[in-house]
Amino acid sequence: MNFQDIIFYFFSAVLIASALGVITVRNPVYSALLLVLAFVTCAGLWLLLEAEFLAITLVLVYVGAVMVLFLFVVMMLDINLDKLREGFWKWFPLGGVVALVMVVEIAMIMFGNHFSLEEMPAPEPKAADYSNTKELGRVLYTEYVYAFELAAVLLLVAMVAAIALTLRQREDKKSLDIAKQVSVKKEDRLRIVSMPADKKNS
Amino acid sequence: MNFLPPDFTPAYSEIFILVMVCVVMLVDLAAGEARRYITYLLTQATLLGCAFLTFVSFSAETTFTFSGMFVDDAMADILKIMVYATVSAVLIYSYTYVRERGILTGEFFCLILFATLGMMVMISASHFLTLYIGLELLSLSLYALVALRRDSIVATEAAMKFFVLGALASGFLLYGMSMVYGATGSLHIANVSEAIKDGVGNHEVLVIGLVFIVAGLSFKLSAAPFHMWAPDVYEGAPTAITLFIGSAPKLAAFAFVMRLLVEGLGEMVTDWQGMLIILAVMSMAVGNIAAIAQTNIKRMLAYSTISHMGFLILGFISADWNGYSSALFYVITYVLMTLGIFAMVMMLSRSGFEAENISDFKGLSKRNPWYAFITLLLMFSLAGIPPMVGFYAKLAVLQAVVNAGFIWLAVAAVIFSLIGAFYYLRIVKFMYFDAPEKEEPITVNSDVKVLISVNGIAVLILGIFPQSLMGLSLYAIQNSM
Repeated sequence: MNFQDIIFYFFSAVLIASALGVITVRNPVYSALLLVLAFVTCAGLWLLLEAEFLAITLVLVYVGAVMVLFLFVVMMLDINLDKLREGFWKWFPLGGVVALVMVVEIAMIMFGNHFSLEEMPAPEPKAADYSNTKELGRVLYTEYVYAFELAAVLLLVAMVAAIALTLRQREDKKSLDIAKQVSVKKEDRLRIVSMPADKKNS
Repeated sequence: MNFLPPDFTPAYSEIFILVMVCVVMLVDLAAGEARRYITYLLTQATLLGCAFLTFVSFSAETTFTFSGMFVDDAMADILKIMVYATVSAVLIYSYTYVRERGILTGEFFCLILFATLGMMVMISASHFLTLYIGLELLSLSLYALVALRRDSIVATEAAMKFFVLGALASGFLLYGMSMVYGATGSLHIANVSEAIKDGVGNHEVLVIGLVFIVAGLSFKLSAAPFHMWAPDVYEGAPTAITLFIGSAPKLAAFAFVMRLLVEGLGEMVTDWQGMLIILAVMSMAVGNIAAIAQTNIKRMLAYSTISHMGFLILGFISADWNGYSSALFYVITYVLMTLGIFAMVMMLSRSGFEAENISDFKGLSKRNPWYAFITLLLMFSLAGIPPMVGFYAKLAVLQAVVNAGFIWLAVAAVIFSLIGAFYYLRIVKFMYFDAPEKEEPITVNSDVKVLISVNGIAVLILGIFPQSLMGLSLYAIQNSM
């Protein structure tokens, strides 16, 4: 067992343990933190596969941005855990059987020879000056420009949809319109009513 | 290393619609609430422009561009023109309905155009990546459209269910695609097909990928046993959106199955044939039997969709030109019928009143004999009674199935559609033999009046003279494979 294998098994063990933790711990904040750990170890595995750009992006985007946002949301929401877990044991036998059948089925294929090292050999290591990032940059705007542009459209749809679903023009909102305030004139606010100076006693 | 810019000509209609979506968005901002008809007209003009661009570039030849990610063939052109026509009809039908319910916003038109773009991308995808992105573009727009009426709890719930199950299905699809990629080493549909033919890649790995792909596809097609979302979404969404979900995306789903299963994994036909048979039989059984018990017309039509998707899948089982072209014929006629029947449901609704129950059709013949007659034509067609086009579509699919040697399957399909005839004919009985519960006349705009009449008559005329549409379907399939 060489050094690379040891790293691989170490990262894999941490990855599986943290992934199991994500779905078993009770506290959603711990769950989110364990997911961060899973992402980081996964990035380590990708580094072993010489996909350094993807590994760094995973850490930067998922861990740095998405998961932090996620943590904020989880901390801000008041999640009633007992209500979420209601009916868990009632449905456990059915769900358990279905899950077991699926696991056995997938395992039968996975542990056959179809995914063995002979069938799926490790890729040839690239030369030392080979840059993953450069290669990606080369094809992203050329060969994959169509898919790239469409992905951008997808983000535009997400933006339009988010605004359409959440923007509200509330009638009772109490925000100030500074321009209106500045340009206000005396006539707009003040009403001069002429009244007799003193009332007659009746 | 040198890179040549791709040929943009085949993708002109896609580029045009994308530019126009942005224009529609900006124009709507300027036009504002009071002049929203400008947005509406601009959207219709966009669809017309797309139809023109696609029609001009129409040819029987197959062209690839964008490094083989985009394909323009006869099937793509024909399906795209059908999509434009369908979306345009959806907009005409739903304009009044949408305005009365306060969701006539600029976003409504934008999202519909984005969904149309997604369908176009799916239709002319020749790469797993574009296939998937097109699907997501369509699905994301649909989720948002369902939730657009955000003060309605049922609509929000429907959108939530649609979103969660749709995301799950996308996950299935991606997992399957990654397996196929692992086995064949390519995402180009043509290369995948080539690799499988040459025996590259482990067969078992391909089959496990195929299982996930078929599961994902049947989610999107709403075929049983992956149909759970359809009734809830059809019921919960505003009827105009249900009309949209039930019509145009089915054309794109047909293209999706053609590209993925037939063109990409066509060599594995013996593997997917069995899976499709199970899906088809289950869909026809679940759809037709569950529809009988429904009292809500939208739920009933959702189950009817499920059973029709079963019939559509039958067309793929025979795995030959004849079968594919009859499936294409089936999906086109299905879209025509769905447009008509949901438009009718919308016409019965008014502001403040949703026609949602089957009993709302009671006594329609006394309220408006012409609309009742059109509904009669549509119902007969959905049930598959001659001389309507629905009969001919079912016949063509059954012929293909019998030719492929699955006689028991054809017999089962006939029995299930006989069961299905009950709930279609029940509506006819309500319309003609029951006393109306409401007496108000049905008032609609004249464009809707003309379109619904054309729609109803087309169901009859195409049923009597199906040759032209059948020939078009055969032409599309033959020139694309």
